[in-house]
Amino acid sequence: MNNKLSIVAKISIFLAIGCIAALWAAPMWRIDLAAPQYPEGISMQIWINDVKGEVDIINGLNHYIGMKTIHKEDFREFVYLPIALAVFCGLGLLVFIRNRRGLYYGWTGLLIGMAILSMYDFWKWEYDYGHNLDPTAPIKVPGMAYQPPLIGYKKMLNFEALSQPDLGGWLFITAVVLLTAVSCYEWKRAKSKTV
Amino acid sequence: MKSNWLLLIIAAAIAMPGCKMKNTASAVSGDAAARTYVAPGKYDELYNFVSGGFNGQVSVYGLPSGRLLKLIPVFSVNPENGYGYSEESKPMLQTSHGFVPWDDQHHLALSQTNGEHDGRWLFANANNSPRVARIDLKTFKTMEILELPNSGGNHSSPFLTENTEYVIAGTRFSIPIGNQESALDNASYKKNFKSTASFIGIDKNTGHMQVSFQIILPGMDLDLSRAGKGPSHGWFFFSTYNTEQASTLLEVNASQKDKDFIVAVNWKKAEEYVKAGKAKKMAAGYYHNTFNEETHSATSEIIKEVLTLDPEELKDFVYLIPCPKSPHGCDVDPSGEYIVGSGKLAALIPVFSYRKFEKAIADKAFEGEYNGIPVVKYEAALHGEVKKPGLGPLHTEFDASGNAYTSFFVSSEIVKWNIKSLEVLDRVPTYYSIGHLMVPGGDTKKPYGKYVVAYNKITKDRYLPTGPELAQSAQLYAIDGEKMQLLLDFPTIGEPHYAQAIPAEKIKAQSVKFFDIAKNKHPYLSAGEKATKVVREGNVVHVYMTAIRSHLTPDNIEGVQVGDEVYFHVTNLEQDWDIPHGFAVKHAPNAELLIMPGETNTLKFVPAKPGVYPFYCTDFCSALHQEMQGYLRVSPKGSSVPLKWGTGTEDTARAVAAR
Ligand SMILES: [Cu+2]
Repeated sequence: MNNKLSIVAKISIFLAIGCIAALWAAPMWRIDLAAPQYPEGISMQIWINDVKGEVDIINGLNHYIGMKTIHKEDFREFVYLPIALAVFCGLGLLVFIRNRRGLYYGWTGLLIGMAILSMYDFWKWEYDYGHNLDPTAPIKVPGMAYQPPLIGYKKMLNFEALSQPDLGGWLFITAVVLLTAVSCYEWKRAKSKTV
Repeated sequence: MKSNWLLLIIAAAIAMPGCKMKNTASAVSGDAAARTYVAPGKYDELYNFVSGGFNGQVSVYGLPSGRLLKLIPVFSVNPENGYGYSEESKPMLQTSHGFVPWDDQHHLALSQTNGEHDGRWLFANANNSPRVARIDLKTFKTMEILELPNSGGNHSSPFLTENTEYVIAGTRFSIPIGNQESALDNASYKKNFKSTASFIGIDKNTGHMQVSFQIILPGMDLDLSRAGKGPSHGWFFFSTYNTEQASTLLEVNASQKDKDFIVAVNWKKAEEYVKAGKAKKMAAGYYHNTFNEETHSATSEIIKEVLTLDPEELKDFVYLIPCPKSPHGCDVDPSGEYIVGSGKLAALIPVFSYRKFEKAIADKAFEGEYNGIPVVKYEAALHGEVKKPGLGPLHTEFDASGNAYTSFFVSSEIVKWNIKSLEVLDRVPTYYSIGHLMVPGGDTKKPYGKYVVAYNKITKDRYLPTGPELAQSAQLYAIDGEKMQLLLDFPTIGEPHYAQAIPAEKIKAQSVKFFDIAKNKHPYLSAGEKATKVVREGNVVHVYMTAIRSHLTPDNIEGVQVGDEVYFHVTNLEQDWDIPHGFAVKHAPNAELLIMPGETNTLKFVPAKPGVYPFYCTDFCSALHQEMQGYLRVSPKGSSVPLKWGTGTEDTARAVAAR
């Protein structure tokens, strides 16, 4: 049985590595906030190793309701994620060299696993920031939590929050879709050959 | 007989209720309201910078709405933001005659590139203590004030060349040069009194000003001025009155001659003379105050000398053009070819041709000399006269299609006429005595040409009475149709004289949102709350304080004694648009501070009595603004209370720090 990779799969390895490598140059995720008194909007970008944007302004606003301030140093994710992604890219090269279909499936699964884990971590992070409020906070709204949406739009007090992938996130999604599609293609190709 | 007439008039008035005299309200018609309505959330088309007159400041209005957008403190102290009260801004108002916290601000000039407004700077004159200021349009802050030596009153100022090479400052009142004492009579005036035209060179990149040279002119009153442009670039034209050289009762004595002069100065030639070393160094002492954007502080420098040029010796760079009668405005059209004189007391408007003036010099078509300066023949320089335009022409601005708009003080109107044909095209009443008028860009090569704004002197009937003094006012007219149309009245601050306007597009995007705190080089900066402290040096106490929503650090200070000089150096730690914090101390006789985000400002306070002095934020900054306060404990002189400061107890301090 031939379990070598097709030319399509080989090309896809490099495309996926390219998409993931771009995460060092483009933000993964963005959260935009808008309110009547902030007509120009406030936004925050999450990178694989940093949070950027108007984090100081968001921290300043959040202090009324007792949210923790956001600091890059508080996230171990910013250390692990670049390592994990770098390892993923290295494994991609290995898949290419070993040229085994099984490895390709495993590699695809790894990326999907990382995507799910990241989203879960992001959700937990948002939950923690939105719920673990300072008991001495100046403003307490009974029953109110300030967890931003994982993805999509949510109204929180007078603010509208929009959470969505940024350029890097879309590239990540592209890599996932690409590898999944090629895996299916490979699966079918393998089946048709064995018949 | 008399009562019969009266009855007849009353009867007629009752019989014809529909036949009324035209009043001020009926003058507005059609879509005027719609044309000036700027809906909430929408922006005005133009920024209108209006001089504050005896208020000493500059105000900014939106056009066409007439809404006041900002007051820029320039020559007068301003308690609202501590300008002239804070230690950092006090040097801005220093002069060779001490701290002068007021002035009479008349004219404004927006910086130009290739004869068009470029949105970099705004220049303003101080008429009384002769000074010129430069305002940065990125921050709307006064960045520089230059005092002028040998000037009796800086009226003919500030007017700019087409690439902002020079801003000029001409003396209104002739005085003895070097400010010597002199007898006050006509003979002494003729002998000792001089007027000067100062040419202030402007650094292309920084905007920094310095007096490059002064031209010493015969004793007379320089009134207004314009730079040439296009073909006439390289020249400056000044209107002048009292060429009679009288020293008393000028109302009569300075209106005797049929023609006064327009003084034409070839500044390129003057520049060459200066380069060739023909200018004389004269001892002087005048202040140059500059504000540093990184230290957020102003410093003063005293300049000791000035270069002067004498047109009686250097014959060929100053000429006089006869102009009827006591000319006020002296305006150059967008093409640079026509110079419009406005004889306040003349019944016509003379329009001169630059080409003809040049030819008259080449042909030596002179009618004589005045104090050693050649006078060209009136007809030789004249393009033509606008006949019967109105009474008391003052100022002329231009649109983009070859028309001129002249304000008439006595007949209270704006008259539109064609520059080439000199035909009167239209006239509208201004309902009160108009002074200056302004077409956006009307002094440039490319007028914007949609509106003309009239700036008033007297405003009876425009607003509700407010006591003996009524509101100052401006009036906006549309000029994009055949007929001028009154659109709006809007009240102004001080007495508006001249104004400038620029499309908002040219300024909006460059506006500074906040000062980068990382670039704050103030010597008493507190870079973060951890850097706050109180330092005693003899009887001087420096408080390094920070302000951030919604607390001051430190907010409890002890160990200060009566008679100590306490300097509160407050740094606003915010890095967000429009979050200034204020700072005021009870009984501080020194106004307050209004500190922009990223800035450090200092309030000096010398407590006179022991006690507890509350201090607080004066600018409503947040939901907890009211809580943004603290206490200064002042002990008797020689007390043993140690210096101590802090914000919060151990517990809350930790909670605050954790945030
Ligand atoms: Cu405040």
